[in-house]
Amino acid sequence: MAATLSIHASNGERIALETVPRLSISDFHDLVTGSVRGGARITALFGQPQGGGTVRLFAVLADGNAGTLSLSSTDVASDYPSLTPECPQAHWFEREIAEQFGVIPQGHPWLKPIRYQSSRRGITNFFQVAGEEIHEVAVGPVHAGVIEPGHFRFQCHGENVLHLEIALGYQRRGVERALNGGPNKRTIHYMETLAGDTTIGHATAYCQAVEALANCQPPARAQALRGVALELERLANHTGDLGALAGDVGYLPTASFCGRIRGDFLNMTALLCGSRFGRGFVRPGGVGFDVDDARVTQLLEKIEQALRDVTVATSLLWSTSSVRARFENAGTISPKTCKELGLVGPVARASGLERDVRQEFPFGIYRFFQVPVSTFQTGDVFARAYVRWLEIQRSVAFVRDQLKTLPPGSIRAEMKPLAAEAVALSLVEGWRGEICHVAMTNQHGRFSHYKIVDPSFHNWFGLAMAMRDQQISDFPLCNKSFNLSYCGHDL
Amino acid sequence: MLKANLARYQQGYRTIPFPKAEPVMPDRFRGQPVIEREKCPVGCRDCADACPTDAITIDNQTLRLDLGRCLFCTDCVESCPEQAIRYTQEFRLAANRREDLVMNDKTLELAKALEDKTRKLFGRSLKLRQVSAGGCNGCESDVNVLNTIVFDLGRFGIQFVASPRHADGLLITGPVTENMKSALKNTYDAVPSPKIVIAVGACAIAGGPYINHSEVHNGADTVVPVDLYVPGCPPHPFTILDGLLRLLGTIEDLRGS
Repeated sequence: MAATLSIHASNGERIALETVPRLSISDFHDLVTGSVRGGARITALFGQPQGGGTVRLFAVLADGNAGTLSLSSTDVASDYPSLTPECPQAHWFEREIAEQFGVIPQGHPWLKPIRYQSSRRGITNFFQVAGEEIHEVAVGPVHAGVIEPGHFRFQCHGENVLHLEIALGYQRRGVERALNGGPNKRTIHYMETLAGDTTIGHATAYCQAVEALANCQPPARAQALRGVALELERLANHTGDLGALAGDVGYLPTASFCGRIRGDFLNMTALLCGSRFGRGFVRPGGVGFDVDDARVTQLLEKIEQALRDVTVATSLLWSTSSVRARFENAGTISPKTCKELGLVGPVARASGLERDVRQEFPFGIYRFFQVPVSTFQTGDVFARAYVRWLEIQRSVAFVRDQLKTLPPGSIRAEMKPLAAEAVALSLVEGWRGEICHVAMTNQHGRFSHYKIVDPSFHNWFGLAMAMRDQQISDFPLCNKSFNLSYCGHDL
Repeated sequence: MLKANLARYQQGYRTIPFPKAEPVMPDRFRGQPVIEREKCPVGCRDCADACPTDAITIDNQTLRLDLGRCLFCTDCVESCPEQAIRYTQEFRLAANRREDLVMNDKTLELAKALEDKTRKLFGRSLKLRQVSAGGCNGCESDVNVLNTIVFDLGRFGIQFVASPRHADGLLITGPVTENMKSALKNTYDAVPSPKIVIAVGACAIAGGPYINHSEVHNGADTVVPVDLYVPGCPPHPFTILDGLLRLLGTIEDLRGS
């Protein structure tokens, strides 16, 4: 059935646009809901305007167990029956499509703009709970810490949170619109700043997409170095998160140690390319900087030291009862909710789901060297912290192996022009989870559409669900245990 | 408790002696760029064409390099046929005036201290409210890092506070998106006068990679007056710290040496 309804593609593969099946709306509906029932997740669902009021919807479905990615499409006009009632993980995508193109998914339970673009359609109020002693708490967009802007609206009964609604869009810079007609000299810089803390992740996803479209194979050495940089990015952010989680429960030793060790990992990325965030490192065709033996030795020494330090710093968390008392049973998400909402990354893995692009849809160096998937069962703040610690150990092991066995050769292959009328799917496991880029070209080999799905796009609603029936005072802790990107969502 | 104390001993003393001692930057660090004009072939404009934000412009053989727009990327370096462009290790880049960041065969004029009257108020205690207005979390992260034990911002009397009502000024990152414009303005208005504003990063100075997007306002000074510009994408924490300390008069000499 699936063969006629959708086309399979592997991660980083180019397919001709004309081979993407165009289904009737009801077949498309059945394909998406049926695949999701069968264990797949919606990796991307987006519209592309076709002129004349028609919008073509594309769905990228990922079946982790089978290791298949598939793509399908349908044309819609002013409205279509919403997928969300049967398939909750479509809800945020459908809100995005409605906001961007005015296509109404009929029957969507909460059709509200997600980014507040100029065209405001649907609901604009916040969901309200009514009743005696119910009160509302509004936070943001300007927060107490040095973080990005977003608005959080809590419906509370006493300390207890009944519902949290998250309003984003403050960071919207118009990236996807600006990518059309590219690639051009700004494209890679958009990618590196989509979510600045995921520079390597998004730049790798982009490069994989254009390399697929150009039929360009980056050299093995470049692939290995990309892997090293991606894991260093994960190490820095996971370490920083563990420190920040400790800070949010007032346990200052780990907070101050990890704040510093995070910087040590960032400085290793700076040793690679001069930038702590990896700006300039990943480039179409390969990487921008090579390493010699002396630099490899230096990196190996630094990573061993950093592992020793982070081991001491985080082991305090697991053995301190006042920390565990706050971490355990806070912000729990069940595996069922995770599946229904299509959550990704450490959040999903902390609820026992073995979701990891490196394992399910291996890309680049991960096709040859596997990183075991780290999971935990309890789905609470403790689990999300502990999964990060497991991943820190496995990332260090991976970086160590790669640096010791770097393949010789060049670091960059020459890029060729992009194929015309083609589409490429590119998935990368960033430190927050699954990053998906879908690049489509027109008859001149320029981008006719470029879709970016940051892991935060999937996970923000997970945070809202995690807060249900929790104390409002646990919000900073729960929020930090997700640590989602505002700009990666708003684009 | 014993375990925590042992860990404390293991982690060691980590605060760097800046500004008393020079920091060691990574060898590939991209600080202030230098263009050797004498190497430029007549009529060549490869670097200007390669620059993603038009930080380099060439008019009638006059080359202007705007550090406020510069992403400190490698596009110009790679495009130059004569290897005339290179990045130095110079991390001191902050300036008081926007025009001081435009280099036109002159040396960069670094930030000067606040006037005596304001300096008397803020010199020993400066409380800042940070506002991210479309920042990508790069600048935010490297501002945050100043609070770690490595930089220990508190020892200079500088602190980030939770409310604009408690603040002496704002530190702004991001190009100022349309959706954050009114929130930024409201936050500025909520800070009691006299107040100062610091723009950190290429986005907050000129819009960064998002310059001239209809969704953004090309930087903080399109909305509020700015007293200190800190270039970079993102600026290194030392660049930010150096700028702050210059503004407060803690570092007074122009080249730090």
